[in-house]
Amino acid sequence: MSEHNAHPAHGDDHNHGHDHHDDHASHGSLKDYTIGFVLSVILTAIPFWLVMGDVIADPGVTAIVILAFAAVQIVVHMIYFLHMNTESEGGWNMLALIFTVMLVAITLIGSIWVMYHLNTNMMPGMMSEPTQKM
Amino acid sequence: MPDMTTTTAGTNKVLPSTHFYVREHHPEQGTLLGFWLYLMSDCLIFASLFATYAVLGQSFAGGPSGKEIFELPLVALNTGFLLISSITYGFAMLEMQRKRVNATLLWLAVTGLLGAGFIGLELYEFTHLINEGYGPQRSGFLTAFFALVGTHGLHVTFGIIWLITLMIQVKRFGLTTENGRRLMCLSMFWHFLDVVWIGVFTFVYLMGVL
Repeated sequence: MSEHNAHPAHGDDHNHGHDHHDDHASHGSLKDYTIGFVLSVILTAIPFWLVMGDVIADPGVTAIVILAFAAVQIVVHMIYFLHMNTESEGGWNMLALIFTVMLVAITLIGSIWVMYHLNTNMMPGMMSEPTQKM
Repeated sequence: MPDMTTTTAGTNKVLPSTHFYVREHHPEQGTLLGFWLYLMSDCLIFASLFATYAVLGQSFAGGPSGKEIFELPLVALNTGFLLISSITYGFAMLEMQRKRVNATLLWLAVTGLLGAGFIGLELYEFTHLINEGYGPQRSGFLTAFFALVGTHGLHVTFGIIWLITLMIQVKRFGLTTENGRRLMCLSMFWHFLDVVWIGVFTFVYLMGVL
């Protein structure tokens, strides 16, 4: 941006290079799609195998592992299929994404947290016999 | 960013060539950024549905649990359909880059068929559940399940309608700049739905069966 301000006469050159970059970034290449697809297949197959084959005895551990796989796969899709990077649309794509991820995290974690405490602390039975529940 | 717009607007008066580039490329980028913002707001809809499912997911009300009603092989097949449709749409975009109309149409058709397969399997699952008496009114868990998975399915359905519309457009008018832009928007939409599905199959189906 600062370069742009300093040399307004070269604005067209700058714009041209910028557009070319955007074109490349937004269409992707065969290599990108292939890498993304292979990674996604692996990252999908492993969680299904873990759950369907009862590979890990503890369900809690399995849940954490498959959630981690999902998180990685979402990032893979973002990079290789949606062609996200910090450069696209002058950084506004990334900014909107970060903001959304924040709101999603607040919505999800907040809801789960609050409702969990509501359920455990305010069950109807607890009002009459407070000693029964911890 | 605002300072750049003012600068380019300022250069417009001085250099006509700059004017050309700005007029040519800015609307397209504006559309893609705007569409991205739409997808982000759609993300929030899904976030609230996921949150609803997270809260109500254990409220079975004496009805069935996820373990009893989910059929993972069916879900795996569905996931495969959507994943393969993502890369076939990618192939369509690559053919569009090479300006090959028929190849683009072919890959779009394959993508549409895979999407239709996905919707078909999902409708089969839904009718099967409802016929057994496990409709959305049975329990809080099933309400949240039908709302979340149904909303995703509805998105895919409208994606297919959009895809068919664009196939007709490309067939009639060729791979014009406008059609290219529309195809890129649908590309983002389609890949976005695949991203949401990752959340659905992990959080709803796989964790429901655990």
